[in-house]
Amino acid sequence: MNLLIAVPFVVPLLGAAATLLLRRAPRAQQVASAVTLAVVIADSTLLLAATADGTVVASQAGGWAAPLGITLVVDPLAALLLLVSSVVLLIVLLYAIGQDISGLSRAVPQVFHPIYLVLTAGVCLSFLSGDLFNLFVGFEIMLTASYALITQAPTRARVRASMIYTVVGLTSSIFFLTGIALVYALTGTVNLADVAEKLGAAPAGLRMVLALLFLVVFGIKAAIVPMHFWLPDSYPVAITRISAIFAALLTKVAVYAIIRTQTLLFGRDDVSTVMMWIAIATMVIGILGALVQDDINRIMSFALVSHIGFMVFGLALNSVAGIAGVLVYLVHHIVVQATLFLVNGLIRQYVGHTSLRSIRGLTVVSPLLAIFFFLPALSLAGLPPMSGFVAKVALFQAGVQAGGWLIYLGLTAGVLTSLFTLMAIFRVWARAFWGTPLPDMLEARAELRRGPDFVGRRLMAATTGTMVGVGLLVAAAAGPLTDIAFTAARDLLDGRAYIEAVLPEGAP
Amino acid sequence: MTLALGIGVLVAGGVFLVLQRGLVRITFGFVLLGHAANLLFLAAGGTQRREPPIEGTAALGQMADPLPQAFVLTAIVITFGITIYLLVLAAAGKGDDDTERLP
Repeated sequence: MNLLIAVPFVVPLLGAAATLLLRRAPRAQQVASAVTLAVVIADSTLLLAATADGTVVASQAGGWAAPLGITLVVDPLAALLLLVSSVVLLIVLLYAIGQDISGLSRAVPQVFHPIYLVLTAGVCLSFLSGDLFNLFVGFEIMLTASYALITQAPTRARVRASMIYTVVGLTSSIFFLTGIALVYALTGTVNLADVAEKLGAAPAGLRMVLALLFLVVFGIKAAIVPMHFWLPDSYPVAITRISAIFAALLTKVAVYAIIRTQTLLFGRDDVSTVMMWIAIATMVIGILGALVQDDINRIMSFALVSHIGFMVFGLALNSVAGIAGVLVYLVHHIVVQATLFLVNGLIRQYVGHTSLRSIRGLTVVSPLLAIFFFLPALSLAGLPPMSGFVAKVALFQAGVQAGGWLIYLGLTAGVLTSLFTLMAIFRVWARAFWGTPLPDMLEARAELRRGPDFVGRRLMAATTGTMVGVGLLVAAAAGPLTDIAFTAARDLLDGRAYIEAVLPEGAP
Repeated sequence: MTLALGIGVLVAGGVFLVLQRGLVRITFGFVLLGHAANLLFLAAGGTQRREPPIEGTAALGQMADPLPQAFVLTAIVITFGITIYLLVLAAAGKGDDDTERLP
């Protein structure tokens, strides 16, 4: 079991080294990356099977018992997110390989593969780490890789987006370090389970300050309002595969960290009123931003910000049903966001950009592309029978169960946001998909069909289709998914299982 | 007290620089903020005990806490890497930082 827990971040790091060595053999490099991610998927499946009943497994790396050594912990939440993330990572990788084969991308594959695998390692380590400092290291590995990835195929716009992105990321890292130092000063430990036990004896005011500090740290990375301004300025500018994986995973890792710290460490403190207001602001401001944009990528980025609000809403409910709803929403949103950004990449083949001003009649140019956009877009808006509907129903039910005027206000904001999301999507649909295609779009299609890069383009379409399929699968598997989400939520709110798994003999 | 003042001055200088125009100044601002966070770590370990944490060289109550020092080491390495990256960005995007000098 110990070995299995280490695999999700050790193997990608080894893979990164291997792809670096194989940089002169593009085909071998592609195979090595794909195999690495396949191993992570297999391992995550095993981990999820072992923890699906609510078991929490801790592994003491280096053999020193917690809280002295480095602890890795896998619980149903971590295992579920590992599995979904690694599946999305593999599909986006295959899409990227398709792009590279087709020669449509200016990214340098020799650089892309190693950094992408390092990013994978950072994401997985963040999910698995059982102490605050290791969480910081996981975040930094992920962020450093993302700083490098966002400038792939550099243009002036990308370098500038990278400046904003890096400076904002650094700000949150400095706050994170400050938070860890303060926690250490207060409790003398950074092991999450140990901190959770010892914070109980700390003054309530200090605990509240720390809870809010960590909310800010991860809130910046999760792009919750009012710390969201950087996201629509940086994500849409990056190349397709990068914005897809950033939109799908990076903000969600931060949401995971919010869930973990606010339940395990600060579960007994009440920041839920603050979080509910943040959730309402995030949902409404995000989607209003999406409504006035003229670029599909930017619309999707604002929608991403707004839908983070739904997750904060569920978390603010502070109930088993609420957190279970958040987990279902997380899984749904990871898949849907990745799909939509991949589809935007397919659109770019025909017009070279994603600005609504000069795209018309995509349904005529490529009916398949229209279907690929339509299904996840409906899911994002939360129409039945898509996964977005399942996730939103879970959240709204939890909200109604809890009751109270503020929660009803949040529910109203949620319903309005869904409606506005639908409006934003239909704006895209009406302007880009309906109508008579522009002549240069048809020319571009004819040229692409004649081109020698047919295999690569097939792979891009197939992987996007697979992603759409995964989205449908999430809806079809809503029953088992909800079961796991409820098990994980019970574990999170209770906290005993986590603490006992890490510190079997109690805190020293 | 000295440590608290030091951290305060570093944070003040760092925030001032981060709010300036130009990526090079922002980078230096983050270097200062990083140092402030590192000093905070040392303060968190306790400043009263500062003997080496090796058995036989000092009384147990006098030994410094080695863990914050290890944290600081890691944090320094990470900040250093990011600083270099920021400077590269500053060089690559020279004259393209979206700011204009007011008349």
